[in-house]
Amino acid sequence: MKGHRFIGTNQPRLEDRRLLTGAGKFVGDVRLPGMVSAALLRSQEAHARIRAIDASGALALPGVLAVFTAQDLGEVGGIPMRLAPREALQKCFQKPLASDRVRYVGEPLALVVAVDRYVAEDALELIDVSLESLPPVADVELGRGRDAAVLHASLGGNVAEHIVMRVGDPEGALARSAIRLSERFRIQRHTGIPMETRGLLASYDRGTDIVTIWGAAKVPHFNRQILADLLGRAESTVHMIETDVGGGFGVRGEFYPEDFLVPWAAIALGRPVQWIEDRREHMSAANHSREQVHHVEVGVRHDGTIEAMVTRAAHDMGAYIRTNGFVVPERAAAFVPGPYRMRNFLSEVDCVMTTKTPTGSYRGPGRFEAAFVRERTIDLIARELRLDPAEVRRRNFVQPAEMPYNVGTKAFGHDVIYDSGDYPRLFEQALERVGYEALRAEQATARAQGRFMGIGLATFVEKTGVGPWETARVRIDGSGFVTVYSGVTSVGQGMETVLAQICAEQLGVAPEKIIVRHGDTAVIPLGAGAYGSRGTVTGGSALWDAAGQVRDKLLQLAAHRLEVSADELELREGTVMLPGTDLSMTFRELARAALPGQPMPPGMEPGLDISAYYVVKETTCPYGVHVAVVDVDAELGVARVRKYLMAYDIGVAVNPMLVEGQLVGGFAQGLGGALLEELVYSDEAQLLTGSFMDYLLPTSMEMPSQIDVVLTQDAPSPHNALGLKGAGEGGTVAVGAAIANAVADALAPLGIRVTALPLSPNAIFELIRAARKAG
Amino acid sequence: MKPPAFEYRDPRTREEAIALLAEHGEAAKILAGGQSLVPMLNLRLLRPEYLVDINRVAGLSFIEVKGGELAIGACTRQRAIERSELVRRTCPLLHEAMPFIAHFQIRSRGTIGGSLSHADPAAELPTVVTALGGRFVLRSVRGERVVSAADFYTGFLSTALRPDELLTEIRVPIPPVQTGCAFMEVSRRHGDFALAAVAVLVRFDQDGRCAFVRLVVAGVHGVPFRSADTEASLIGTKLLPEDAENASRLMAAELEPISDLHASADYRRQAARVLARRALECAALRARSHAEAGT
Amino acid sequence: MTQRHIRLNVNGQPREGDASPRKLLVDFLREDLGLTGTHAGCEHGVCGACTVVFDGEAVRSCLLFAVQAEGAAISTVESLADGETLHVLQQSFHECHALQCGFCTPGILMSMSVFLSECPAPTEQQVREALSGTLCRCTGYQNIVRAVQLAATRLAATRLAATRLAAK
Repeated sequence: MKGHRFIGTNQPRLEDRRLLTGAGKFVGDVRLPGMVSAALLRSQEAHARIRAIDASGALALPGVLAVFTAQDLGEVGGIPMRLAPREALQKCFQKPLASDRVRYVGEPLALVVAVDRYVAEDALELIDVSLESLPPVADVELGRGRDAAVLHASLGGNVAEHIVMRVGDPEGALARSAIRLSERFRIQRHTGIPMETRGLLASYDRGTDIVTIWGAAKVPHFNRQILADLLGRAESTVHMIETDVGGGFGVRGEFYPEDFLVPWAAIALGRPVQWIEDRREHMSAANHSREQVHHVEVGVRHDGTIEAMVTRAAHDMGAYIRTNGFVVPERAAAFVPGPYRMRNFLSEVDCVMTTKTPTGSYRGPGRFEAAFVRERTIDLIARELRLDPAEVRRRNFVQPAEMPYNVGTKAFGHDVIYDSGDYPRLFEQALERVGYEALRAEQATARAQGRFMGIGLATFVEKTGVGPWETARVRIDGSGFVTVYSGVTSVGQGMETVLAQICAEQLGVAPEKIIVRHGDTAVIPLGAGAYGSRGTVTGGSALWDAAGQVRDKLLQLAAHRLEVSADELELREGTVMLPGTDLSMTFRELARAALPGQPMPPGMEPGLDISAYYVVKETTCPYGVHVAVVDVDAELGVARVRKYLMAYDIGVAVNPMLVEGQLVGGFAQGLGGALLEELVYSDEAQLLTGSFMDYLLPTSMEMPSQIDVVLTQDAPSPHNALGLKGAGEGGTVAVGAAIANAVADALAPLGIRVTALPLSPNAIFELIRAARKAG
Repeated sequence: MKPPAFEYRDPRTREEAIALLAEHGEAAKILAGGQSLVPMLNLRLLRPEYLVDINRVAGLSFIEVKGGELAIGACTRQRAIERSELVRRTCPLLHEAMPFIAHFQIRSRGTIGGSLSHADPAAELPTVVTALGGRFVLRSVRGERVVSAADFYTGFLSTALRPDELLTEIRVPIPPVQTGCAFMEVSRRHGDFALAAVAVLVRFDQDGRCAFVRLVVAGVHGVPFRSADTEASLIGTKLLPEDAENASRLMAAELEPISDLHASADYRRQAARVLARRALECAALRARSHAEAGT
Repeated sequence: MTQRHIRLNVNGQPREGDASPRKLLVDFLREDLGLTGTHAGCEHGVCGACTVVFDGEAVRSCLLFAVQAEGAAISTVESLADGETLHVLQQSFHECHALQCGFCTPGILMSMSVFLSECPAPTEQQVREALSGTLCRCTGYQNIVRAVQLAATRLAATRLAATRLAAK
């Protein structure tokens, strides 16, 4: 942004040094004297009644301190929802340990505590569990049926919630449409998979009655509240400490059963208890995401204008409703329209309970799914009408003059309103940058030579800077150092750097001189955290306010002391000075001058320590265009992304380098979802992809070497002082759509129908085979 | 994911190693590079009573030419084979296949003998060594025997190796210089086990007709698959594209591929067929260019 | 299960400790030697976060037992920087924004340090191939590839300068 000194620069990250030198502190790196190790016994059956658990063999093993089952916990509540709580969903909450029934493979049955993890795992093998099998519910669509076993009896069936979002007269408009198309789309179950598994270390001090938990992430303050409630303790006796976090992606940091069990065990045993999730556990214990089936009908005019779109979906919730589980189906329903004008629209989603790992949000929750459904549908329209897919998009975009644009759907009970944007402009910029016309010409040549090259387009609108509020506090200490205390957290994205830049802008101190604290609930009493691409928008806005107030106070106090006008003063490198003179006061001097009892301007409170709150009234909506260029080896079914372009309007980028890093990293996860990653379950609801041998994360070899990012700042948000919008998820949401469209485009001469992800060699082979049979 | 307890033995000589195997039999597992074994231990899919670590056994790591054969010690790291100029020169097929084995950080530790005796049907080395007509030297307190690759692989993850035997050496006949070879693979990601892979060796006679061909497929059967009929069908042909096409179809018809969550049997059949055709064409091209270079 | 006494050299220093045979090298480095820069990401040899340099080779420390390291020379991420001065690879990673959460970074740095010593002037494709043995979930690898290439260029320049100096 113009006139800014630090905002808008590619400030190298302040976090890097410790992480590059091995000095980072991840939860597994924290060791306490007397620490013992926990492991969980997890169900190997998908659905069963628990008859008995006999831990005597495990307890007899030397080195085992305790084995806890549900009985030992006594009365303990279910883990509540963090976002969008609803009455009916309470019937499906998970308790920390299963007591009478297990409902997914991986569900915790008992907690073992032993001298080390090796012995703890030995002990797990010595626990005798007697289960009586119940029928599994593995398929999301069949799970709705009358024949399906019911997971939660009080629900009366497996549909926990039915979401309806209606705009205009979808059925009528559909009936009146000149052309009607329909398709069934499926998005596979996959999830975040941070490189660091989850982990916790809890320690209880009997003297102070404080339980301290290292390893909190994402939402430590909310988790403190849940834990305090479940333990029946005051929040002030629960101390959460965020360590360095090895990736979040929506999955890590939510309140899971272990988040209760580990502190509970530390209190029960009076010893520090460490639990580091192993990768096999992680695959079935941490939230899954994305699994949906959509039945879409769309009505269009001959020119490609959409008259009506209806999608009826089944969303796989898994076995329990998790803290943020409802976000995914609701967002999927709300964000199907994307950047297109859909005045007649219906989205219905059944939230179906199945005997699989519970689900929650994963980077771009609901939007990845919605984008796939919407953008594939746009390409279907293009194919039906023999129009260029770019042209169909142009004919349906919401126009800049329509901003702010009320979509007519709702998220968290609020209307979805796009705050600002010029979608057609960004679209044309993207096509020009990628050389769309030249690519089409190249494709024609390739086809003439029998090669399969495809170009896929996908556009989207994001929803970032999610509420409800965020906090920031800026303090100048007696040594003159500036410390920022932020309510947001870091899951590895570089929050410390971005916050330092924002504070630096206000105070004229170099970012690397600013100390940023976050995630420690004893130091920062209130905060919301890291989700919904909100850190910079909400934490940054609160900080901009707090630091601005500190700035004003510094100026006024210095003016008072120096007996000059505050308007004439400038802040430079930790000093307030009158330009052209030697009149100045350092931050250190001013901090001392601000102590209680010192002379102050009338009405000024002592201290250089100011807190501010940013309350989210409206979320911000960045938007983007993705273009994928793929080459398909049709004989082997192998699709390779040759080139990928992301155009993204961020409003204002505090650190463009980090925004680009978010987009490219987000793209890699999207690529995984498009081509590689799937959590596969058998008919018996056994997880078949329980390790990195079978769950395939993208490597450097699957990534295209040509990745182009077009970062524009044409549409600052009107909802915050800096015009900020979020960057965390825009790299991911449209990737499944763009790559699927590109593969479909490449293989269009063979007449294939791409309706599901991931596009593995086997899947592409089957699509070609099906097209040959049909054609 | 911590391994179960075991007794650890780290013999220094082959004699000590085979004596330990004789003593403990099936209760013992040999630890070579450990790149397949240790994951299985960490996942507790295996629980041997004894681990006999052969990494410190003298004389198991070498690459040399002995009497027209390339001899490689069983504990030779895959990375050493990949780097070996001798291997590249004498046995280009083996050299070509090495980078397909996982990643260099795995090959730094993984051994040729470990991979060959683990016998994963989708692994590269068993297929390549089978194609090359390699032989395995197995030693025990009962003596030494030499088993051909064809006889060594007996089924899915199973070999002719007896519990008291140690694979000490792999001997591969060095193909004549005019041999053309090719190794091709399709996998989900770079470095993953093959959905299908094909190793081919081809030689032409002076009239430019196929005098020798070896075609071995990985990833489709429990053991490296070689089709004698397909090979026979190519002898005497010029190995033109249509010959490669016909042969690969013949081979594919014989396959009864495995299905798993990464690929169906039908996919594997098709992939093996396509790779066979491409590898035959590639190997034929190389053999011809060798012949031209030689004349 | 008897403990074994292990003597080895880590980051240029003689170190020793006791471990049962099943103790994984990664756990021994982290827990017994306090070198927590090496991370365990999957414990089955796929992710590469635990990669260390073992007798000159980049290997997975989750697939080795501590007892196997008797007499070995091991380098971990803690050895790269020279006091306050970052190693060329670390500096390049910093400048290219080649890390986000930083959990995979130590393994990648150790892997790449071996790779560059063998392949001092790699092509982009060679870097990608070498890098494919370590997973990163944050960056999409693009900036890591750039950082490794930048480090290679800088190392080459340093070598050239050293050669010229020697020639004088």
